[in-house]
Amino acid sequence: MLKVRVIPCLDVKDGRVVKGVQFVDLRDAGDPVESAIAYDAAGADELCFLDITASHENRGTLMDVVSRTAEACFMPLTVGGGVRTVEDIRNLLLAGADKVSIMTAAVNDRDFVRRAAEKFGTQCIVVAVDAKKVSETSSPDRWEIFTHGGRKPTGINAVEYAKEVASLGAGEILLTSMDRDGTKIGYDIALTRAIADAVSIPVIASGGVGTLDHMVEGLRDGHASAVLAASIFHFGEFTIREAKEKLRANGLPVRMD
Amino acid sequence: MRVAIIDYGSGNLHSAHKAFERAASESGLGGEIIVTSDPHLVRRADRLVLPGVGAFADCRRGLDAVPGMVEAMTDAVQDKGRPFLGICVGMQLLADRGLEHVTTSGLGWIGGDVVEIKPADKTLKIPHMGWNTLDQTQEHPLLAGISTGQDGLNAYFVHSFHVNPSNRASVVATTDYGQAITALVAKGNVAGTQFHPEKSQKLGLALIANFLRWQP
Repeated sequence: MLKVRVIPCLDVKDGRVVKGVQFVDLRDAGDPVESAIAYDAAGADELCFLDITASHENRGTLMDVVSRTAEACFMPLTVGGGVRTVEDIRNLLLAGADKVSIMTAAVNDRDFVRRAAEKFGTQCIVVAVDAKKVSETSSPDRWEIFTHGGRKPTGINAVEYAKEVASLGAGEILLTSMDRDGTKIGYDIALTRAIADAVSIPVIASGGVGTLDHMVEGLRDGHASAVLAASIFHFGEFTIREAKEKLRANGLPVRMD
Repeated sequence: MRVAIIDYGSGNLHSAHKAFERAASESGLGGEIIVTSDPHLVRRADRLVLPGVGAFADCRRGLDAVPGMVEAMTDAVQDKGRPFLGICVGMQLLADRGLEHVTTSGLGWIGGDVVEIKPADKTLKIPHMGWNTLDQTQEHPLLAGISTGQDGLNAYFVHSFHVNPSNRASVVATTDYGQAITALVAKGNVAGTQFHPEKSQKLGLALIANFLRWQP
């Protein structure tokens, strides 16, 4: 039986982890590769690097990080952040990423998803969907895509957008609720479910996880195939193992290898 | 022992290279792992590995675009009997035909077609992406010492098509995703995994070590 996936996400800036892993003694908590190795050993099902490097000149540091991680960790690695061209995707895949997550470039040019999937295959194209609720409390739910870390509205309906990128060849959707991101009050379940039920590709729930019950809800009620979390793992509030035991206790299939 | 991982422009071979090196050193087998697009090196290699990601037709085109590669592989594998492992689309290429978008000829080393996974249960997502266990249908040295079945180790899959073999005898293991999905095939010195051993941690490294030891 296919297992649900638990995916820790590391923010990487100029080749260094921001809010690095603190649940184990690392020689260098700022080294993404050491953090990746620690999560590999802890039983993470995949890893995600989100590059938040501002300048394009420092892009090389990310390539080095991806390459060293791929040498040390034999598990799937998704890399996102600042991916704008087919060449960016090629470079990340050649460095050792298994999947590349694209965001703003797909919002600006939907055809980029099609070109990327045609070139590299559906299996490695993840489209990041950052959505915010825009409907009034009394009206039916409506979420829209926001870019620039949730600051810039686009007016695009998130559910319709997810369906469109799926039909263009995205292999997976990384869905972040910008309303919930950083709040620790749980994923936006209505949003997660609306999108997961609308597309035939897997959806990763992200944004708002604060407890292990939130993960159960994201998978069971939100119909996500995977849950992504950052701080609750990095700061040692919960281990990957505890997360998986919780999921298992709630009847969700997990990998305990 | 020299193992050639065949580079024909399909995806990243960096982690496959490192995983094979790790498995070779951890199992004490040693040997040299090379990533190459040179048919001469492929022809002379002791073991061959054909990775592959993306669409079947693109991979086939990529393989054909390297002059002399298919001939070198055929010579080493079919005539000289060197052990061969195909991974993901590299495994699918072993079949007679791929039916993804267009009909494309495979190598025909393991009879059958590569067909779309169409789960009757519409809640099952496609691609089949993530970790799943193996159901072994026959004994095989590649699975020696690897625990299979519901409580066994997991392998990492990411695919929307799978091999539908013309002869069930070539299936070594399946995985359950609304139906039995072909996970591991073998015939003589030729084997292939739909999953990615280079991404499958414990199970993957054990399988790679078994391949390096395999004397078909």
